[in-house]
Amino acid sequence: MADLHFLANPARFRRFSQRVLPGLTFATVLGFAVGLYLALLQSPPDYQQGETVRIMFVHVPSAWLSMGGYALLAALGASLLVWRHPLAALMARAAAPVGACFALVCLLTGSLWGRPMWGTYWVWDARLTSMLLLFFLYLGHIALSRAYDDPDRGDRAAAILALIGVINLPIIKFSVDWWNTLHQPASIMRLDAPAIHPAILIPLLWMAASFLLLFILLVLVRTGTEIDRRRLEMADHLS
Amino acid sequence: MAPALLDVPLLDVADLACRRGGRPVFDRLSFALGAGELLALTGRNGSGKTTLLRALALLVRPEAGTILWRGTDVQDDPETWRGRLAWLGHLDGLKGDLTVRENLLGAERLRGRPAADDRLDLALVAFDLNALAHRPVRTLSAGQRRRTALARVLLTQAPLWLLDEPLNALDAPAQQAFRTVLQQHLTHGGLAIAATHADLGVPGARTLELSA
Amino acid sequence: MTGFLALLSRDLRLVWRRPGDVAVVLAFFVVATVLFPLGIGPQANILARIAAGVLWCTALFASMLSLDRLFAADHEDGSLDLLLLAPWPLELAALAKCAAHWIVTGLPLVVLAPLLGVSFGLPPEALIALAAALLVGTPTLSLIGGLAAALTLGARRGGALLALLALPLCVPTLIFGAAAIDTLMTGEDLLAHIAILAALALVALATTPWAMAAALRQAGE
Repeated sequence: MADLHFLANPARFRRFSQRVLPGLTFATVLGFAVGLYLALLQSPPDYQQGETVRIMFVHVPSAWLSMGGYALLAALGASLLVWRHPLAALMARAAAPVGACFALVCLLTGSLWGRPMWGTYWVWDARLTSMLLLFFLYLGHIALSRAYDDPDRGDRAAAILALIGVINLPIIKFSVDWWNTLHQPASIMRLDAPAIHPAILIPLLWMAASFLLLFILLVLVRTGTEIDRRRLEMADHLS
Repeated sequence: MAPALLDVPLLDVADLACRRGGRPVFDRLSFALGAGELLALTGRNGSGKTTLLRALALLVRPEAGTILWRGTDVQDDPETWRGRLAWLGHLDGLKGDLTVRENLLGAERLRGRPAADDRLDLALVAFDLNALAHRPVRTLSAGQRRRTALARVLLTQAPLWLLDEPLNALDAPAQQAFRTVLQQHLTHGGLAIAATHADLGVPGARTLELSA
Repeated sequence: MTGFLALLSRDLRLVWRRPGDVAVVLAFFVVATVLFPLGIGPQANILARIAAGVLWCTALFASMLSLDRLFAADHEDGSLDLLLLAPWPLELAALAKCAAHWIVTGLPLVVLAPLLGVSFGLPPEALIALAAALLVGTPTLSLIGGLAAALTLGARRGGALLALLALPLCVPTLIFGAAAIDTLMTGEDLLAHIAILAALALVALATTPWAMAAALRQAGE
């Protein structure tokens, strides 16, 4: 087992996560129970959009978390490349599909929201288009990290990609916004609500917090799975 | 050379450790090499000969240990260190569409210096490549390509040669030519580390056996 | 600098020895572009409207197509080790490879695209704008594509993966490149678009070489 010594750090992480997971799970469930009540029942319907505005309580937190998730990938990538922290690689591997799922949820809910608002499931709205490109960046990260026979190689290549991606993300966002104002007729309603009323803002923030807990929970559980998987692969190697 | 320097080996490798794919290849490897010395790396396939050569060239990041050249850590200034190395990998590193001459000149220029014609001619003669100098490398046999790659090593005039199976694909006269060239390099105070299965035919060569 | 020029001239010489490799990429560019009028119909007003976007997209695909051999050939014959061991920064070597790629694919595209633009019914001023935008924008494609090529070196499904990595990162150049040609219709300032394309190229120049070098070092391990 001496050969597994580099997993010492992940092992410590494992003990930590086992202690945290039950409480975190409880907090997430509780957060969603309260949040869904606030969002679906407590908050008032929008005077223009009616009940469909409630899609926002899923759509907007998903958008925030998918963006935050990519920033996390970049931070993990930096710590892998600079400090060669083995846990960072495993956590990036665990976090990328979660972030991609949040981006996908954001796209799907955006599309469902678009149907009553725009009369069509897809409009080349600036936010949705940026989110679509972010989703592609996630897909590239996931595909690259799993494209090598040597998992370390994939982890490090994906780490470089995440760093370059995070530098380019604001540029992509800026260019898509600009492209949108160039090509979209001004009459189209956009998926943003300036000056949100507190009656909507509070449930929105509550839901965002609940989604954040869910994100952390999923990443912790999946990181544990990645540690087990890597350990099994190494056991195969050594036997 | 100052007398004090004579005591310090040119190349001093201490406690070198490498792992690949989570598996340790070698651990706590130490050796020192002085001017004019040859170290032959032996061991079964997969025992880490190539990994050790790549670690010495800083192509593979060692997990632990130090590589000192004249007492300074080579990792402090990798570019200068790379300039001291001549590399022969198990692949020849030649471009098939270029001629022997172009390959050799191009490799020298890649090392950041123009190649003098007289040195090039010497290298070609040493490996009996004169008649092939203007042939595209893709038309050459495996042994002829290996000779071209060896001529490239000679051309670098680098003090330390790192050679991975230098005798591969060479016929008897070519092996003899290589031994002569290697002997000259060592006589002039050069160092060489070679992974090999065969006897390199250099008297006084030291051997490091790697075990898997 | 000697090493940079040596690598650049070696790569150009290699292409010169095998002009077919470049010819195939340029032929792909022409054929792919010509498919659009065939698929959409020959209405002159529609073709002129979509010409900028079509030519930029096909130029992008043509660059990606030629990139997966950028470092792979050196990786397979062992010359990559010689680049890694050259006593000067690997970042410069990566840059030299991208420069060679741009000279043999980017520059010919700059020349070819206006000719194809004529067949789409673009007015002469638009053809000049197209050539100018491609001239400033294609280096970015070579740099980002070169990074994707370095990242996917030795990976399974290299070619398709390369495009998946590079294309989203090329979106800003595509948007401003295509819009530069539309400035004649929108009445915006062409030079401003060229300046933005140049800025994007500078960002790529500042960020991709170290990333390529890091990826190539990993490929050498």
